[in-house]
Amino acid sequence: MNNNLSFDFSVNRENNTITVKREFEADINMVWDAYTKSEILDLWWAPKPWKAKTKTMDFRDGGHWHYAMVGPEGEEHWAWAEYKNIQAQLPSGQRKFTGLDAFADAEGNINQSLPQSEWQITFTPKGNLTIVECFITFSDLSQLETTLQMGFKDGMRIAMEGLDEIFASQL
Amino acid sequence: MRRDVFQAIADPTRRAILLMIAFKSMTPNAIAEHFDTTRQAVSKHLRVLTECELVKQTFEGREIYYEIEVKKMKEIDHWLSQFRQLWEDRFNELDKVLQAMKNNKK
Repeated sequence: MNNNLSFDFSVNRENNTITVKREFEADINMVWDAYTKSEILDLWWAPKPWKAKTKTMDFRDGGHWHYAMVGPEGEEHWAWAEYKNIQAQLPSGQRKFTGLDAFADAEGNINQSLPQSEWQITFTPKGNLTIVECFITFSDLSQLETTLQMGFKDGMRIAMEGLDEIFASQL
Repeated sequence: MRRDVFQAIADPTRRAILLMIAFKSMTPNAIAEHFDTTRQAVSKHLRVLTECELVKQTFEGREIYYEIEVKKMKEIDHWLSQFRQLWEDRFNELDKVLQAMKNNKK
């Protein structure tokens, strides 16, 4: 949308990490709120046409965010994120928190057989911009694939049908 | 099938093998020389990679050479590019939300 804002996406296959870095045209307080308040997260976290719906959120060390990705047909994928290492006021002016992201059910029971990932998110003020760097660690890259299939399947611009065609054409 | 590909590259030895043969095709013996493991173990890794179509065999005389299957490797990049796209879309939404927050503040 705004081409002036930098966006980096890098994958490190050696240690199964993905780094997503983006600038936003807002001050750090506002961007922090957008990441840490459920009523704002619900507005942008889910990829269209999915919607995020928060059941409960308690943003503090050891607290959690229990939410669903709700699809156009009303289908729900529940997720549970646990927060730790929240640092809302570092001397550098930066802010940080870490989230442990897992699939769950509507009651908040974590599904241990599905992938979990750790998200370290750092907010850095830069003039009237804020840089958000998200360092995501997967225990292996096959988990990334499951994450794609489970959470975002219908929300992705490139539909799976397109992928299936690609696979079929290679047979 | 798709899952297998990711399981295949989840193993560090197999990733090392892929890196080695990315530059030139190699025989199993030549590959095994680079690892502190048995020839059998390397053969097993090569079998997994072959089954996932990440590598292919070519025959020269009596020797088997392994080389990278470029198409399949591109598929993995394709998955990652979708994840990238997801983030781009998500951040574009956040831009709008932040703009709305700024307007409300005024």
